[in-house]
Amino acid sequence: MISRRNFLKNTAKAVAGISVPLAALEILSPARVQALKADSAVRWAFLVDTYKCVGCGFCVKACKLENEIPYDANVTRTWVERYVLTKDGKLFADSPKGARDGFISTKIDLGMGNFHDVKKEEIKKAFFVPKLCNQCDNPPCVQVCPVGATYQAPDGVVLVDRTWCIGCGYCIMACPYGVRFFHPKYHTAEKCNFCYHRITKGLKTACVQACPFGARQIGNIKDPNDPVAKTITTERVGILKSEYGTKPHVFYIGLDEEVR
Amino acid sequence: MKNHVLRPLFVVIGIVVIVLLIRPFYVPKDFGIHERGYMYGWYREGNIEDWKKVTVKYQGKEYCKACHQDKVDSIDRTPHAIIQCENCHGPAMEHPSEPPKLAIDRTREQCLRCHTKLLYPSSGRAKLRGIDPDNHNPGIECVMCHNPHKPSLEGLK
Repeated sequence: MISRRNFLKNTAKAVAGISVPLAALEILSPARVQALKADSAVRWAFLVDTYKCVGCGFCVKACKLENEIPYDANVTRTWVERYVLTKDGKLFADSPKGARDGFISTKIDLGMGNFHDVKKEEIKKAFFVPKLCNQCDNPPCVQVCPVGATYQAPDGVVLVDRTWCIGCGYCIMACPYGVRFFHPKYHTAEKCNFCYHRITKGLKTACVQACPFGARQIGNIKDPNDPVAKTITTERVGILKSEYGTKPHVFYIGLDEEVR
Repeated sequence: MKNHVLRPLFVVIGIVVIVLLIRPFYVPKDFGIHERGYMYGWYREGNIEDWKKVTVKYQGKEYCKACHQDKVDSIDRTPHAIIQCENCHGPAMEHPSEPPKLAIDRTREQCLRCHTKLLYPSSGRAKLRGIDPDNHNPGIECVMCHNPHKPSLEGLK
């Protein structure tokens, strides 16, 4: 026979027990989630013209100094790759120090202190390709973050919260483009953020400003009068690794199939 | 079931309850789901402002022009007009207050970034005037003979 005392006791226990897990959940109404998804008027996009790039590396130098990436550490938010294809079908590609000091020799850096000099007569085609974070619309690096330290801002830029990052490195593994690394000083995930402190003030990114040849451009793809948006939407541009479905927002003019 | 079997379960439940009690105080108020939804927009909103606060170091040619109008005008009449002052002179930051003097990169390697002749078809590099660094006065700094502000060969010192 259940007593009144026991009934009240058990009820109180059950209510307390149920309310603890409920407190851990945030109940969202679908209407509120939809309202939060309000379209931003800005979506940053980047345009690289590989025909114009000469491999001077001023972009990499400017980026490292602007964003306080230790200058001599072999990590960088942006870099330039050199591709040399020979007439007998061989491909040589290098990016010594991320091209921080540019390409000042015909010798290709094969790594481990080995170099290969391709003779001018052997070259079929050769060119430079600048790389940086693609600020994907479906960023795999953000999906894998277990703590919500990396995220996509409403204007499309993927940022890292240094105070929140636990340094697990999942995002570094997840990025198909290899743009992420550990910051040697903060020991947190680090990546190109389109110089967020500059673009939000109306400035160009450090790399865009430093490029003497206009090979790098940044613009707002949602603004129909933006020259970069016009080029991207009306001309033939390529993206890297489209097969991953990441919807990158760095577009390339003159992209070659050898470029990965 | 015996009490000693249930005891570890009580410990685990206790830990979970403690974590849940600490969580509202530890997690910042602005941490949560934002514009890009749960998958891409789960973050601390204050961090966006943190990133905007990073100091700008490269000020651009217009900033230099405010004081060094004569230098900018003279280089603007040469092919080197396309190069930002700060690419060689270093980031201006708060110059002239901080730093009062900029460290200029006068090295041979600085010039070779563009002027090592690389005959790469389908790249703008092939069109630039260049030299073979192994044969053109190796070991000597370019600025010994060439003036980067007046790069034409008539400008030779």
